[in-house]
Amino acid sequence: MIRLDKVSRSFMVGDQEVAALRGIDLNIAAGDYVSIMGPSGSGKSTLLNLIGLLDRPSSGTYKLDGGNVTDLNDEQQARVRSEKIGFVFQAFHLVPRLTAAMNIELPLILAGISVAERKARVAQLLENYGLTDRADHRPDQLSGGQRQRVAIARATSMHPAVLLADEPTGNLDQTTGKEVMNLLEQMVAQQVALIVVTHDPVIGGRATRQLHMVDGQITGETGRTI
Amino acid sequence: MLFPDLIRLTTSSFLAYRLRSFLTGLGIAIGITAVILLTSIGEGLHQFVLAEFNQFGTNLIAIQPGKTQTQGGNVGIFGSVRQLSIEDAQALRHLANVEYVNPSVTGNAEVRANGKTRRTTVFGAGHDLTKVMASNVQTGSFLPDDDPTQARALVVLGSKVRQELFFGQNPLGSYLSVGGQRYRVVGVMETKGQMLGFDLDDTVFIPAARALELFNRPGLMEIQLSYKPNADLDGVVRSITELLKERHGREDFTITPQEKALEVLGSVLDVITFAVGALGGISLLVGGVGILTIMTMAVTERTSEIGLLRALGARERQVLTLFLGEAMLLSALGGLAGLALGVGIAQALHLLFPALPVHTPWLFAVLAEFSAVTIGLVAGVAPARRAARLDPVEALHAE
Repeated sequence: MIRLDKVSRSFMVGDQEVAALRGIDLNIAAGDYVSIMGPSGSGKSTLLNLIGLLDRPSSGTYKLDGGNVTDLNDEQQARVRSEKIGFVFQAFHLVPRLTAAMNIELPLILAGISVAERKARVAQLLENYGLTDRADHRPDQLSGGQRQRVAIARATSMHPAVLLADEPTGNLDQTTGKEVMNLLEQMVAQQVALIVVTHDPVIGGRATRQLHMVDGQITGETGRTI
Repeated sequence: MLFPDLIRLTTSSFLAYRLRSFLTGLGIAIGITAVILLTSIGEGLHQFVLAEFNQFGTNLIAIQPGKTQTQGGNVGIFGSVRQLSIEDAQALRHLANVEYVNPSVTGNAEVRANGKTRRTTVFGAGHDLTKVMASNVQTGSFLPDDDPTQARALVVLGSKVRQELFFGQNPLGSYLSVGGQRYRVVGVMETKGQMLGFDLDDTVFIPAARALELFNRPGLMEIQLSYKPNADLDGVVRSITELLKERHGREDFTITPQEKALEVLGSVLDVITFAVGALGGISLLVGGVGILTIMTMAVTERTSEIGLLRALGARERQVLTLFLGEAMLLSALGGLAGLALGVGIAQALHLLFPALPVHTPWLFAVLAEFSAVTIGLVAGVAPARRAARLDPVEALHAE
């Protein structure tokens, strides 16, 4: 499903080249549950952004669903993001002036899905995530857990193949964090590849594959025996 | 993205920042108000002036003695101008396509009746004046179709003269002294009102030949004629020129078709309307700067939202469209408010000062709204492009 081959990414800081990722090789299959852990600055988020096609590698190749997506232009990248990738962020990233329902609807709107289809999907998602009675509330009228549930509903609305979560529990208390993780993990059963970036070992330890990153390289992988 | 969704999304940000949106829209609204108000007054004036001239009909031609052009030096006796005569007017009547001809001489004289004296305009005219000038006789009849050289001493009164000298009595058949000569009253004209300050009701009409005698003039001041509405104007002018050249030996007269004069006047008035509209346009431009400012701020404030949209699969184009849509919505709503305000104030002014003519053509309203939206579009381009070109990763993590 995801195949990274000697992927590097470097940035220019002033006139110095700084390598954020160095020769990453990574294979992730559909239904994999992967956590990426490591200290800040180790390149976790850069890797996540690359997989999410928000960024491009400086060298190496990236294949997603069998297709080479290394050198797509903006329009093609946007289409792949729309169809195959769902994002969940630490800061929720809900649009403050839109209702919960409309936040969930946003990816469907951008993809130009018909009104009837959208209504049905949004209603189903609201129900799945226990948000039906919160449909018309704005984000500032929702609790942290509810906000993250809206964000997960939004991320799954286009039935993505890959779900990327960047510190999804970072702004939540432990109990709510666990609930949110349970919701994300439900997607794994539906053959979605779930990739969670975190520096919380408890959260990271829940994944079946745990990648450890230091200084732009994957230094080790530990597996959880089921 | 479907169009209704674009409207829904742009409206949501419009509503989220109500005060700011209102103030920005107000900038455009004031600009459009100024444009609509000024052009409404300009256009009202335009129509008012044209109506003043058109009250006599439009298919008129005036012929005056003398050629308005400069030719060489002193040509002695050949340079003198032959006057237009009543015979010239008679001859013009026989031209094809010419309907009515009126020889005219005007001046001032004292008129006296019932022991009252009044100085008024004396209009020496022919039988057909009423037809040429589209005016009507109220009682009696107009000057008869006499042999113009042997015209009888008959007079027709303007309504004001009748009011002043024959108040409360029937003037028909009474005698009126015009410049010391006795004239018999045969008719009274309907009230016609003023035309550019010239009171047509404070006038008495006598046969042209008698007026020439009265004012001791060698020739007519003007011949007015009307041609058939469907006739070719250039053809009529050509035949008049030929006839008079033949009679005078050369072209010592000036032919002014009213249609041509109105065209010139109309284009001058159009320029005035356009100029005042452009003045209003300056404030519209200021409104555009307001939109530019607010959209630039919005892009900065909503950077992380732009990053989110990109992460959710929005293409650069869609982000561009969303922000352009917001700028255009602001200016379109501002423009509509300005239209309502402009037309409202124009009509209120008209109610307060009925003498002030006001007219708002539909075309102006449509053009004004169109330019408001265009200004929004132009002002929105730079901020919207900036939004579209933001790096999604950086935008997402902006605070």
